Amino acid sequence: MNFFAVIGRAVLNLLAQIGRVTRFTGQTLAATVSVPFYGRLLVQQIMRIGYFSLPVVGLTALSTGAVLALQIYLGGNRYGAEAIVPQIVVLGITRELGPVIAGLMVAGRVAAAIAAELGTMKVTEQIDALTTLATNPIKYLVVPRLLAAVISLPVLTAVGDSIGVLGGYLVSTYNLGFTGSIYLKNTVDFAKSDDIISGLIKAAVFGFIIAIMGCYNGFFSKGGAQGVGAATTNAVVTSSILILAADFVLTAVLFHTS
Amino acid sequence: MTAKIEMIGVKKRFGSKVVLNGIDLSVEKQSSTVIIGGSGTGKSVAIKSILGILTPDEGTIRIDGEDVTRLKGAARDPLMRKFGMLFQGGALFDSLPVWENVAFGLIQGHGVARSKAKDIAIEKLAKVGLTSDVAYLSPAELSGGMQKRVGLARAIAADPEIIFFDEPTTGLDPIMADVINDLIVSTVKDVGATALSITHDMTSARKISDRIAMLYQGKIIWNGPTAEIDRSGNPYVDQFIHGRAEGPIKMAVKA
Repeated sequence: MNFFAVIGRAVLNLLAQIGRVTRFTGQTLAATVSVPFYGRLLVQQIMRIGYFSLPVVGLTALSTGAVLALQIYLGGNRYGAEAIVPQIVVLGITRELGPVIAGLMVAGRVAAAIAAELGTMKVTEQIDALTTLATNPIKYLVVPRLLAAVISLPVLTAVGDSIGVLGGYLVSTYNLGFTGSIYLKNTVDFAKSDDIISGLIKAAVFGFIIAIMGCYNGFFSKGGAQGVGAATTNAVVTSSILILAADFVLTAVLFHTS
Repeated sequence: MTAKIEMIGVKKRFGSKVVLNGIDLSVEKQSSTVIIGGSGTGKSVAIKSILGILTPDEGTIRIDGEDVTRLKGAARDPLMRKFGMLFQGGALFDSLPVWENVAFGLIQGHGVARSKAKDIAIEKLAKVGLTSDVAYLSPAELSGGMQKRVGLARAIAADPEIIFFDEPTTGLDPIMADVINDLIVSTVKDVGATALSITHDMTSARKISDRIAMLYQGKIIWNGPTAEIDRSGNPYVDQFIHGRAEGPIKMAVKA
């Protein structure tokens, strides 16, 4: 096969894909600001996307905070700088690890679930059925999930931040010989509100990415069980990659380092 | 009198594959037309074009004389309220109990209060022979025949002017298929609706239709009263209604 034809087709496919995602996002945003508003569905989705993600986000945040404290202590030890553990832990968790870990965990848990649910609805014609019942499927299915994710992710991240700092605190006080009150004082004195808010802004953007990629892949899945499987995988992979890319861009923008 | 549904020169293709190649079809008010044709001849695409789920590349679709071919978004809502549809696989919402499935269009599309919509749903379920205890089950707990009945109840719930039936008897045993056919005839008459169906089940087609149109290679090749289908004089129609492998229609074994 012609080498250039292969490259050309791949590029065209990619551009078509970007175009479809952009149009889908535009339709979703337009549907967000118009009546009717499905409040019941929003609450239901906040439970599913936010509340039920608490255990997995909490657990990963706890272990991340603990490991981070241990690593900083060991690394700092080489320069006799091990006392800096609380400051580095709170900075690393709130600015970076809290939102990114919450984002990636929820991407795995929620983007997959959304894509599988909407993909199955697509292939069993339930999405077409919504249209025939005078209901806009984007408004009914996508908007509640999008709003729920954008609301839930910052809350999850705030909880994850606290639990992550707690993980660092536990390791530092029990294993590394820190005094609890001094550890907490150093943490609170050092952390600025900007550190925390920047992390929460990131989290909201990650929530947007997760919901859009989950819904988009579900809506455009084709052909039975295999298609739904592919949609689920694509939802997790694309949302994870976009989260990492967005994280870099947001860090550069929020902290003016570029 | 203007036709209830009119398709004029409707064309639709996916990539390089031409599915509809200039369909002309007219359905009179309160009549029942069935489109027959082999699998993959574009019967579903024709119905989805009228419903607005797909947009034709060329041609015009009129409902009650009004051009609705490219009507979109909120402008389409009043039109959608005229429609009801029974999907091939039922397409029931598995996240909702049976009664909410039936009441869905009333609550979301027509703004009927939930309690009133529930009463109507139970009344419509009774019309298709289901008792009120079915109303609280989940669609996944129902047999195929019962799911079809619920789908039918949902299609007629808002007293639509036009009802579409997509392969209403596919996947049912012959007796249940006949029950569904009877229900289709009685409910359509009861609601006073216009019906447009697609099927390849000739028993069903003969029973539920006033007129039959045959779709082949993206065009309507024959269209006439149901009673005359055996005297169509069209070799394609003859081959199809008698289900013969030999004839002018060659099955593409290689897709």
